[in-house]
Amino acid sequence: MWSWIFHRGSGLAVLGFLFLHILDTSLVGLGPEHYNKFVKLYQGPIFRPLEVLLMAFVIFHSLNGVRILIVDFWPKGARYQQQLTRGVGLLTLALFLPAAFFMLRPLFVS
Amino acid sequence: MTTVPEVYDKHFKPESSPSNWEVWSWFFMRISGIVLLFLVMGHMAIMHVFGEGVERIDFEFVAKRWDGVFWRTYDFLLLALSMLHGANGARMVIEDHFRKAGWRAVLKTSLYALTFIFFALGSIVIFTFDASQMPGGG
Repeated sequence: MWSWIFHRGSGLAVLGFLFLHILDTSLVGLGPEHYNKFVKLYQGPIFRPLEVLLMAFVIFHSLNGVRILIVDFWPKGARYQQQLTRGVGLLTLALFLPAAFFMLRPLFVS
Repeated sequence: MTTVPEVYDKHFKPESSPSNWEVWSWFFMRISGIVLLFLVMGHMAIMHVFGEGVERIDFEFVAKRWDGVFWRTYDFLLLALSMLHGANGARMVIEDHFRKAGWRAVLKTSLYALTFIFFALGSIVIFTFDASQMPGGG
């Protein structure tokens, strides 16, 4: 049940960011001045942690999606659902922690 | 406590099966999901993790990237699939959690309108962007 709730929550959150991301990227159509001003915001200390959260959502949603594929298409998938769920959690952490480190480092080392 | 078979018996007629459209929607989510897995992970790795991450992203970076066909195609594919995958997911969430016809109509209409507008905006930007036409660009 928690996988299902997190899958929905992370999916909706990523979709929400996607709308914002289309808006900010469309600023390139207005020229460097507008686009660069907005991207500076993304690089600042307020947005950076939100990007790290986005990274966590994307990684979890991707890996949990793979779990859903396995359960749906591999006949024995449902039998291993407990191991699969644990695997999603561990792999999410294994990918997320180094990514978060690289993303946050520039805030502390300049 | 209600059991799953009880709920199922109450809400589904024995002869009913999911509509063809719903089966395709299920299939589409899985296929687009596999493709998106690679496209999104690649996008996030390039933009946020490797090569200084977001630090180096500015107008010039985008102009260089969109100078060729490859990244424009990549980004358009990413836009199209993520919008359709995301909008279809949100549609399922609406249908699961809102039982009143009025709410469903309002929410789904807004979702489809928003998706269309943003998809159009994103496509226009990807296909028409020309750095040499910008003040101070190119």
